[in-house]
Amino acid sequence: MSQDLIVGIAGANGDGVSRRTVLKLVAVVALGAAVGVGASAGITHWGRTAPPPYRFFSEAEAKLLIAICEQIIPRDDTSGATDAGVIYYIDRQISGPLARHQQSYRLGLASFRKTCLQVYKTPFEELAFEQQTDALRLIEEGNAPNDLWGDPSQKAFFDLVLDHTRQGFYGSPRHGGNRDYASYRMLGLAYPNLIGQNRYANGRPI
Amino acid sequence: MSLKRVNAVVVGAGAGGGVVAKELSEAGLSVVLLERGGWPNFEAHDHDELISQRVTVLGNAFGPDDRRHRRVVSNGNGGWRVVVPSDGAYNNNAACVGSGTVSYGAMAWRFMEKDFKLRTTYRSVAGSTLEDWPITYQDLAPFYEKAEWEIGVAGETGADPFAAPRRQPYPMPPFPHNQEGLVLEKAAQELGLHPFPIPMLRNSVPYRGRPACIKCRYCVGFACEVNAKCGTHNTVIPAALATGNCQVRTESVVSEVVIDDRGRACGVRYFDAENRLQYQTADLVVVSASATETARLLLNSQSKLFPNGAGNRHDWVGRNLQGHAYTGAFGLFEEDRYDDVGAGATIAICDYNHGNPGMVGGGMLANEFIRLPYLFSGIRPPGAASWGRDHKEFQRKYFRRCVRVVGPVQEMPVFEARVEVDPVVKDDWGIPVARISGSRHPNDIEVGNFLAAKAEAWLKKAGAFQTWQTGAGRGVSGGQHQAGTCRMGNDPKTSVTNPHGQVHDIDNLFIADGSLHVTNGGFNPALTIMALGYWVSDYIKRGWKGSRFRS
Repeated sequence: MSQDLIVGIAGANGDGVSRRTVLKLVAVVALGAAVGVGASAGITHWGRTAPPPYRFFSEAEAKLLIAICEQIIPRDDTSGATDAGVIYYIDRQISGPLARHQQSYRLGLASFRKTCLQVYKTPFEELAFEQQTDALRLIEEGNAPNDLWGDPSQKAFFDLVLDHTRQGFYGSPRHGGNRDYASYRMLGLAYPNLIGQNRYANGRPI
Repeated sequence: MSLKRVNAVVVGAGAGGGVVAKELSEAGLSVVLLERGGWPNFEAHDHDELISQRVTVLGNAFGPDDRRHRRVVSNGNGGWRVVVPSDGAYNNNAACVGSGTVSYGAMAWRFMEKDFKLRTTYRSVAGSTLEDWPITYQDLAPFYEKAEWEIGVAGETGADPFAAPRRQPYPMPPFPHNQEGLVLEKAAQELGLHPFPIPMLRNSVPYRGRPACIKCRYCVGFACEVNAKCGTHNTVIPAALATGNCQVRTESVVSEVVIDDRGRACGVRYFDAENRLQYQTADLVVVSASATETARLLLNSQSKLFPNGAGNRHDWVGRNLQGHAYTGAFGLFEEDRYDDVGAGATIAICDYNHGNPGMVGGGMLANEFIRLPYLFSGIRPPGAASWGRDHKEFQRKYFRRCVRVVGPVQEMPVFEARVEVDPVVKDDWGIPVARISGSRHPNDIEVGNFLAAKAEAWLKKAGAFQTWQTGAGRGVSGGQHQAGTCRMGNDPKTSVTNPHGQVHDIDNLFIADGSLHVTNGGFNPALTIMALGYWVSDYIKRGWKGSRFRS
């Protein structure tokens, strides 16, 4: 099994694979086989450093959307949309129950990108925070060049992202956002839910 | 091919149907209870705000699902649009055993005496089919009592001076007020109002084998984690099953009540869990599928004598769709008012249900159930930021300092507010779907504004430094409190059933849900629907002659 894998990889890379690379591969595969994939330090390390792939968005789309979401719920002394993983909420949901919004994201993000390049001559992600705020307000209020927007309209696109960002930040972590209950911690809401809160008796605090 | 004949088939295992199944099976009738959804279970959706029955952005926790169900709704401009259950415009009620009683807030209101006599009290209202109920509060009182004791209500007997007389106390003591309730109680007393603890279909103490409420923040919209909330799924339906006379068939979607050429109901056709069309014959049929689905089923049940649908000889099936316009106010406070003690709503007043100067009807006002973080993120005073640093700061600062007082307006029935069957759109089983149209009566808006102003005054008295009102629109009514589409009455020309829920001209077809309501009270309607379940069952049992029903 290990032999086949190495041959396959080496073959795919042609003659460029050195003997040393092959030896490294042998070592990794052997380690994996010996201790099991889940327990392998090497595998765990890969899992942590490699960003989870998006199901719908391209890297460029995700980068732009992350910046928009961070404007909607920015980090201050508590976590913001980026920290809470709102992008993963949106990416997962529009690949599932909210799939009807895929086209709005694809076209809306493209229009958004063009808007910033035309108005600010700079990609949104590279604008200063306050400039980003201005750019987003322009779109929220429908004041960006209309010829860059079709369906969704700029306002409709803004409203969509606004709502999904709130859902991703304030909703249950099981859907990909609100990482580590960031918003619950911000609000001081215990989770798991504390039960048995009989702190009142006969209508009066005890 | 038909299934083994039974005495009674009940369509819909909600507040009404669950009660009927228990009453008839205890009386010795063989009963099949058909439910389009499954048995609810808390673990399926846990405390997930985004898939609950209150916030449905990712779907309804207890159904129906978006894939197989749809409706058509008027857009108000002569056009129509198709909506799925997770869209608010669908006017959803949960599709599961217990239906709304699994995930409701569980307020347990008896309607007031005047609520049964609105026409007599206020005379006619232009543009409304306002009428008295053909039964009185006194008729229904014993059945309210039965619902309270068998299903379980916690309340303070005698605390509401406007309530109709009652024979027995509540079976469980009331829930104490949370911090909001304490602050609002004092303010109401200072205003000369009459506050009291809200009666709840929720165990304040262990009751009938189920535990007391743990006062968690996840109540309305969710199944109860510890089974302390009282619905039909954990009370009367298990009692029905315990008789050995009742069978619950879940995932069963009824398409038609079969009416023979002599005008008698023969049974129902339904699609079973494997989507096979079945024919269940029965001596009598009880439809309790909610105001929208009951009307749709009757309209889809066409026969020789009733070509326009069962009970629809005079075009009253589906008419007078009502719900509740909810209006009130929010208030912001300088100090924490949120104490994380659920369910949240504890205090109410009935000072404004009737006798409001120059107005017809009114409604109860209460503090609201806990708003979870996503829901709260959409709540801001006029002009406040909807995103960015300020929006986040508001969320952080006021999540615990925002109180809402709100209540249901007793709506005026409107003939043109209606459920029809769409001529084109069908659901996943090929059954024509419900089409909903019409708008609220102007009186509802006027009363709603009045209640909102009273709510605001109450909050101000309680110390809110900033307040704002929330009103109601003229849009389509219905919602979870949907009612009125198969009105009961004495005159077959202006109603669908007689005073006992028996469909005019079809002696063995009954209705037992909110469809029967002539008017919908200024209250959450669940307890009234349960009481009607007992009321209709009582009539059926008295007419049951051991083999068939004779009226």
